[in-house]
Amino acid sequence: MKQKILKSRLTSLVLLCIGIAMMYIGVHRGEALVVMNKAIRVCMECIGIG
Amino acid sequence: MDKLKEFINGKSKKDKYKARNNLRHIFQSFWFLVTNSFFEGFKTGKIYSGELKQLCVPGMNCYSCPGAKGSCPIGALQAVIGSPNYKFSYYVVGFLFFVGALIGRGVCGYLCPFGLVQDLLHKIPFVKKIETFKWDKPLRKAKYLILLVFVILLPLFLVDIIGQGAPYFCKLICPVGMLEGGIPLVWMNTSMRGAVGFLYAWKGLILLLTILLSIIIYRPFCKYICPLGAIYSLFNSVSFFRYTLDHQKCIHCGRCKAVCEMQCDPVQNCNDLECIRCGKCKNACPVDAIACGVTNLDVSKETVKAKA
Repeated sequence: MKQKILKSRLTSLVLLCIGIAMMYIGVHRGEALVVMNKAIRVCMECIGIG
Repeated sequence: MDKLKEFINGKSKKDKYKARNNLRHIFQSFWFLVTNSFFEGFKTGKIYSGELKQLCVPGMNCYSCPGAKGSCPIGALQAVIGSPNYKFSYYVVGFLFFVGALIGRGVCGYLCPFGLVQDLLHKIPFVKKIETFKWDKPLRKAKYLILLVFVILLPLFLVDIIGQGAPYFCKLICPVGMLEGGIPLVWMNTSMRGAVGFLYAWKGLILLLTILLSIIIYRPFCKYICPLGAIYSLFNSVSFFRYTLDHQKCIHCGRCKAVCEMQCDPVQNCNDLECIRCGKCKNACPVDAIACGVTNLDVSKETVKAKA
């Protein structure tokens, strides 16, 4: 039974690990700063002005 | 302890459905406050500009909301792929994989502020609430098209002279930015009022339509428009936290299908693309055949047949 549970959750675990690895790569490439630079200023497009 | 159990499960089996749904709304409200906890912004008309803004929140929560402490993943995705330096966002896509692999569209049911707004709007009484209509099912596919065109392709390819793409979904469609950012910021800043034009009126119209439709139809934005829901839906059947149906217990009474406001049939597929994990089917089941969690296993039709 335990093996079945492990197998059924393997896909979830792989996707979770891919997600963590991609986030790490993204932060390393400086994408988080791009997000912050966009988010700390009022997004004129989002509020219907720009 | 008994009072807590009574609060969670209701006084009787009949109360359980309502009590659990109220509990979900309390959690949604709590999360709404957590993600919009920069209260000073609502006084000053300025947005939070601290380092937390580089972190994404799981649901649709515009980063131009005066209270927002984090970033909307859809806005963040468009910002990165529309940037001249990056044409793919490992950071935001990784975040979506991470959250999707954990709870799938559970985000829509529990962690999305705009989901809560629509839930509350649908509680407003109306002469005739519409559950489904002729074009309901085909229209559900529209959110995938919107994701592809407005969130990915347009910001990627429709760029200006320096290679910068605009966040076209936020600009042309998203009513969340209008509700959370557009209205309060324009209300509080006289300088912004002067810049209001056609786009503001267009987005205001979309917001008004979304509000009116939310009273009549359950979560129209989530069903037909939301690109974030479209992404998370792909993880519904593979996420850690998912539903399982015990076909041995199921008596096929149809209550789960009847109570589902997203029009899913848990007996056919309890992790349907449209399922927002609100738990109504689980709470309505008279024999507790539907379970949720990390370690539950499906007792499939095949297993039941084999045992028979």
